[in-house]
Amino acid sequence: MAKKKAERTPVRRVVSPPEKPVYDPALLKEMYQELCFYRRFEERVGLAYNKRKFAGFCHLHIGQEAVAVGVRHALRDDDYVLGSYRSHTQAIAKGIPPEQVMAELFGKVDGCSRGKGGSMHMFSAENRFYGGHGIVGGQVPIAAGIGFAIRYREGDQICVCFMGDAATNQGAFHEALNMAATWKLPVLYIIENNKYGMGTDISRTSSVDHLWKRALAFDMEHSCIDGMNVLSVYENCRKVAEDIRKEPRPHLMEILTYRYRGHSVSDPGTYRTKDEVKDYQENKDPIKLMGKYLVAEGVADEDQLKAWSDEAKEKAKEAEAFADASPQPDVSEAWEHVLAPST
Amino acid sequence: MAELTFRQALGQAMAEEMEKDPDIFLMGEEVAKYDGAYKVTKGLLERFGPRRVWDSPISENGFAGLAVGAAMAGLKPVVEMMTWNFGIQAFDQIVNHAAKLRYMSGGQFAMNMVFRGPNGNAHMLAAQHSQFYEPMITNVPGMLVVSPSTPADGKGLLKAAIRENNPVIFLESEMMYAMKGEVPDEADYVIPLGQGDIKRPGEHVTLIAWSKVLHRVLQAAAELEKEGISAEVVDPRTLQPLDEELIFASVRKTHRAVVVEESWGFASVGAQISDRIQRECFDDLDAPVSRVCADFVHIPYNEAQEEAVFPDVEKIVQAAKGVLYMDGTR
Repeated sequence: MAKKKAERTPVRRVVSPPEKPVYDPALLKEMYQELCFYRRFEERVGLAYNKRKFAGFCHLHIGQEAVAVGVRHALRDDDYVLGSYRSHTQAIAKGIPPEQVMAELFGKVDGCSRGKGGSMHMFSAENRFYGGHGIVGGQVPIAAGIGFAIRYREGDQICVCFMGDAATNQGAFHEALNMAATWKLPVLYIIENNKYGMGTDISRTSSVDHLWKRALAFDMEHSCIDGMNVLSVYENCRKVAEDIRKEPRPHLMEILTYRYRGHSVSDPGTYRTKDEVKDYQENKDPIKLMGKYLVAEGVADEDQLKAWSDEAKEKAKEAEAFADASPQPDVSEAWEHVLAPST
Repeated sequence: MAELTFRQALGQAMAEEMEKDPDIFLMGEEVAKYDGAYKVTKGLLERFGPRRVWDSPISENGFAGLAVGAAMAGLKPVVEMMTWNFGIQAFDQIVNHAAKLRYMSGGQFAMNMVFRGPNGNAHMLAAQHSQFYEPMITNVPGMLVVSPSTPADGKGLLKAAIRENNPVIFLESEMMYAMKGEVPDEADYVIPLGQGDIKRPGEHVTLIAWSKVLHRVLQAAAELEKEGISAEVVDPRTLQPLDEELIFASVRKTHRAVVVEESWGFASVGAQISDRIQRECFDDLDAPVSRVCADFVHIPYNEAQEEAVFPDVEKIVQAAKGVLYMDGTR
């Protein structure tokens, strides 16, 4: 038995960035601007929802921005990304213009899914953002299929699949990870663990104390990283992405993060304390942490940070103005896109 | 023309298409080394190698989802469900994803994929292994549903399904795999999806059926002929979309129709067909459309009980006589 075990792929756990790397100040600035923009964008989305500019479900990513930003910089344009129903900023991070994401939220014709998907279903084949998926865990086997296609064509792209913590309790997750590990598919599975599946603390519904342990069942490489620190996300993802590119295989990464807002816009928030939320907002906020780092590294001063934050606010406003002005799709489009034309 | 079994005809369809298009791959439980649970994929691993013929784990939802992702990325998966009774484990991926991702993305993806496998009862498999999925699966927009009744149709339709730019649900029948028939061997023999077929021409009554029960309907037509009744048997072959015009043309000729299906009749394909006939051919009908379906019970294990709940030749003959007012009720 011992011998058989030794023949298996060794599992590896990355805990934090290995050493203090030197970053290009331009990259740091860009990351900070993106963190601010994703925050401001989602704030505007929340406001627009309250103003009834759109309806339906709306899940905001506020508090989790470092995940989107950190992963974005670890990827190439020809890599693939899939997300859950909390994917507005993931979609922007993969290159979909923010105004198209806002227009999609508003159900407008310029939306990245032509107003047919809404908040939970952002798509851009061109940017290789393959959804926005509304069924919890539904994207996990699909990502395996994209990894399968990459291997089939002997490409060196990778597929990143975001999911929430609660998706790890779906059968689809286990079935997909088993296939990805068995067939060495180049998929980076990222669990954005924000501690709650809707209003249920993950510890009440999961048998393991840390979700990266789910990888052990599949002999899959795995890691657990701090998702409030954008550089930790970036550094770890870059390393893992490089590894996967060199030698295709899946990896399960648990990113510890936190959402400030409710599960959706209709969440009463009775399942957690105000102090817990406040602690994250005051002491672990990804924008504040990155701001402090930039000041300490001499990349920017407080005034500069403020200016970048204001620019982000403006940019978010512009996205909303674009979406406001975008026309409604013709009602006749309801009957389009059901089936592709036969060849 | 060559005489082939239904399973050989399907295997030939896949082989011919795989030969032409390197983006097609097969996946399913036991489809490779074992040659398929029902030997439909026999020899394909040997011919095309492990890159294109994949034995999957027993994870229907998982590998159906993998196929969805592969199709989004431009490959053309042909997925075997060992039986559609296992396939319902994959309904999340089929119904929520394969069928909807094109629509919800505003038309950005063409999901060129086939999910195929045996549907319906076989012989003494009990309730969980004896179900009919055409009523459920035809009720989902964004997919085509095919259910052939002969080896020749099986081959021509499967080739069309594999070429189709949309998800196709291909419903086979375990009881038909050994059925033999003449099958065209021209490389470009394809039957367009959505095109039905007259399996037997007739004058007095139209009998509509598909898949294996069609053969009972043909037997019933032979019985009716002995009594001087000429029945026309129409096989829609594709259930979504339906070849309504073929059905209507037949009914306008005979003025009487019986829809025969093995599935339960509530909100079924037969219910849909009979609704459409009564709307579109109302003035042509000399009798209300009649239907023969499985009784609304689980399919029993016991042999005699199993047979009793299905449409048999006698029930079909009686229904045909009913619409001809020859059953003694008037």
